[in-house]
Amino acid sequence: MAVPILKQGNTLIASIQAALSDRDLLDLKDQLGERIGQVRAREVIIDLTALDVLDSFATRTIRGIAYTAKLRGAETVVVGIQPEVAFAMVQLGLSLDGIATALDLEEGLAYLRARGGNRAIRL
Amino acid sequence: MPSDSEVPIEHEHDVVVARQKGRQLAAALGFSTTDQTLLATAISELARNIIRYAGHGRVQLRCLETSGRRGVLIVASDEGPGIPNLDLAMRDGYSTGNSLGVGLPGARRLVDEFEITSTPGVGTTVTLRKWLP
Repeated sequence: MAVPILKQGNTLIASIQAALSDRDLLDLKDQLGERIGQVRAREVIIDLTALDVLDSFATRTIRGIAYTAKLRGAETVVVGIQPEVAFAMVQLGLSLDGIATALDLEEGLAYLRARGGNRAIRL
Repeated sequence: MPSDSEVPIEHEHDVVVARQKGRQLAAALGFSTTDQTLLATAISELARNIIRYAGHGRVQLRCLETSGRRGVLIVASDEGPGIPNLDLAMRDGYSTGNSLGVGLPGARRLVDEFEITSTPGVGTTVTLRKWLP
């Protein structure tokens, strides 16, 4: 099942709608990699609200997406990890070290807005 | 009691099917959402190991009832190459498959009981039990 990727300004929003197979996740990785270049995205939001399991493969793939995006000049925020999913990840020993996370899409957008402001000041 | 089932693990999508069945079974038995998620995540790790290392296998899901205790029994088995060094495979961060190496040791932490038997050239069987609190 393909993950829809929306574009809003400089931000790409990938909103996962249902349980994803490993192949779906790898497709998302490829698609986002392409779209970042196509639309010159500066920011990527991955919304995992609908995901009921985040196992080691999914975590590793999402980490890979975020690191790849960063190398291409876009920052990734992972949003919507459900509380029980977060708990299972901790038990498994998984983390998203170095990747921004936010409670939900709204918080993720707020985070990027605040960060965008800081970037403008730094420039 | 919900009925027992078996999910053949042959394609990547079967990993999703197996963990969803596990969640449904746990939900039917009255497990909390958190415990359903822990079980589904453990099944996901084991089913993926089957695809990655053995190519195909199966996940059996059963209800348990012994001396008033209820729970689920998950058996993930394959006839793959087997694991030559189980101690090493159960160690956090160890992987021969270019993964994070959390699958087996992580799955053990997500359930109440965990057993693994593996014979090189014969296959691997992982048995999980999770009891209703």
